[in-house]
Amino acid sequence: MAGETLLKVQGVETYYGNIRALSGVDVEVHKGEIVSLIGANGAGKSTLMMTICGSPQAKNGQVIFDGEDITKLPTHLIARKRIAQSPEGRRIFPRMTVLENLQMGANLDNLKYFKEDVEKVFAMFPRLKERQSQRGGTLSGGEQQMLSIGRALMSRPKLLLLDEPSLGLAPLIVKGIFEAIKKLNKEEGLTVFLVEQNAFAALKLSDRAYVMVNGKVTMSGSGKELLANPEVRAAYLEGGRH
Amino acid sequence: MAYTAENNSSSLMAKAVKEGIFAGVIAFGMFLLFVGIETYQDINNQLTWRTRWGLLAVFVAVAAIGRFLTVGFIKPHLDKRKLAKAKSGVLDISTDKSFFHRNFLKIALLFLLCYPFLAMLIFGRQGSLKYVDNFGIQILIYVMLAWGLNIVVGLAGLLDLGYVAFYAVGAYSYALLSANFGFSFWLLLPMAGILAGFWGIILGFPVLRLRGDYLAIVTLAFGEIIRLVLINWTDVTRGTFGISGIAKASFFGIWSFDVGAANNFNKAWGLPSSSVYYKIFLFYVILALCLITAYVTIRLRRMPIGRAWEALREDEIACRSLGINTVTTKLTAFATGAMFGGFAGSFFAARQGFVSPESFVFLESAVILAIVVLGGMGSLTGIAIAAVVMVGGTELLREMEFLKHVFGPDFTPELYRMLLFGLAMIIVMLFKPRGFVGTREPTAFLKERKAVSGSFTKEGHG
Repeated sequence: MAGETLLKVQGVETYYGNIRALSGVDVEVHKGEIVSLIGANGAGKSTLMMTICGSPQAKNGQVIFDGEDITKLPTHLIARKRIAQSPEGRRIFPRMTVLENLQMGANLDNLKYFKEDVEKVFAMFPRLKERQSQRGGTLSGGEQQMLSIGRALMSRPKLLLLDEPSLGLAPLIVKGIFEAIKKLNKEEGLTVFLVEQNAFAALKLSDRAYVMVNGKVTMSGSGKELLANPEVRAAYLEGGRH
Repeated sequence: MAYTAENNSSSLMAKAVKEGIFAGVIAFGMFLLFVGIETYQDINNQLTWRTRWGLLAVFVAVAAIGRFLTVGFIKPHLDKRKLAKAKSGVLDISTDKSFFHRNFLKIALLFLLCYPFLAMLIFGRQGSLKYVDNFGIQILIYVMLAWGLNIVVGLAGLLDLGYVAFYAVGAYSYALLSANFGFSFWLLLPMAGILAGFWGIILGFPVLRLRGDYLAIVTLAFGEIIRLVLINWTDVTRGTFGISGIAKASFFGIWSFDVGAANNFNKAWGLPSSSVYYKIFLFYVILALCLITAYVTIRLRRMPIGRAWEALREDEIACRSLGINTVTTKLTAFATGAMFGGFAGSFFAARQGFVSPESFVFLESAVILAIVVLGGMGSLTGIAIAAVVMVGGTELLREMEFLKHVFGPDFTPELYRMLLFGLAMIIVMLFKPRGFVGTREPTAFLKERKAVSGSFTKEGHG
């Protein structure tokens, strides 16, 4: 699966004021891979995700996407490089309808492929089709997550960043969403970088994974390797798996 | 079954009587000293008191009977209706509406087009002046201002408490440029709009990072700064004296409305000399300006920038992660809103013939914002209705001479304007927390367009 490198995070350090949240993180994502980042609360997973998107920006180190240094670009320009993000807490537009939410995702191409892509998203998440003229804020948590991912896909991304897609969702719905991610990766060759608390599901899904502790990457390997690793099992799986 | 129903209704009556008496007792206690006893000065200028038991009895009776009727009849009736509706499965967002409801906009537009002539027909030439000017033009100015502010507050979600500043910029641009350079209304109207839009960008830059209450305070200060500059920069603005003798608008340069001019409109058309024709002309000008504002707003909402405004209102971080430049998006919202404020301002100056800082106090900003909020943020129809109710209502107060017979000759109804304004706002917010029109027309649809009801979402969330 090791294609060419799409995203390279090199020695990134990020600060919130004086507090160092990331201390020299190296992560690499190859084309066509699903890579996940697991770790406990406050390990800096979401911070890394946000740093890739340029808010906050890394103080030291580099973020290279598709051979281009994007470390100091503002967020909206990074998004225009086709890095789509389904942020933590979903952040859909609650007063706008499902369709309008999807429309916002297609803004980059000025709705050129809107009809076509909307059908794709609806095929993947039929629930969204049923609810297309409903306000985003009236959807259930799972549906909002689908909408958030759907909206991210509307921009035809080269890299999809998912921040805790399983947050606050029932196991069955999480399963559905993870299956959809897998399918996207298999059929469309979409590269996915996933941040998850749900280590078991994430590792099973991923080609490779990183484990993060206190703002540092402490372990990396294929999903299978990490699943079998006794340290990982002790820290994230045995206690966390229900 | 019948027994329980009867039992229910008798216990309901008992409850109603009990609550009615209770309300009466409370009203008695509350009003005993305020209403029951009145102090006055007698013929020797001594302060004495007398009782008003009759009036007190009226207050207590109103409270008691009102409560009795509410608990005993009105509330059960409403509950029953709600239950019946829920059973029949018809929701508030039913699609079958009356003819009037469906064609409301067309009817309203037709009425507005005929309005000045209707007023002339009914009240005569001089009598209609009041209706065209005080009601028609005045309300339409506020409709335009509120629609302009709606772009900033309703669509982009940027709370602007200093909107009147742009109104002032527009008005003074017209007044100063026309007085000093003799430019005509039709040249200065767009210029005033552009200048105000420019000031919108100037305000926009420092507040780019602010939201909500912080933004509100800065915009409030901006409004005051503009007003204070107008007062203190006496060399240019003549301070509190204001600028008078501002040129009237002409009929696109073809006919003038100045009485002495050779190409006087009334003479050219053989009309008797009366200022009402000028007012009617102004009425159509402001109506056209309003329609332009509405058209631009509706068009913009369907364009990427309008969608970006609405998305910005909902979630700024999500916007950025979707590739939207929030800086330019905010600045365009400020500039567009300010531009319409500037148009309205220059129209205001032409209509008044006089501008002074008095007209651009904070209260004006508050009234415009209140209209936007009451109308239902983002809804053009709702805002127009709110403007009619609020501005028309205040104008109506001036007409209520008969109240003097009730409350004595010293009673001036205008003084109660703010009290009634506040009362109306509380009532509207209680019963329609999302404003008159809480529904929002979606801009994207695959097959058919459907208004999205606000009924199932919390305020501020949906």
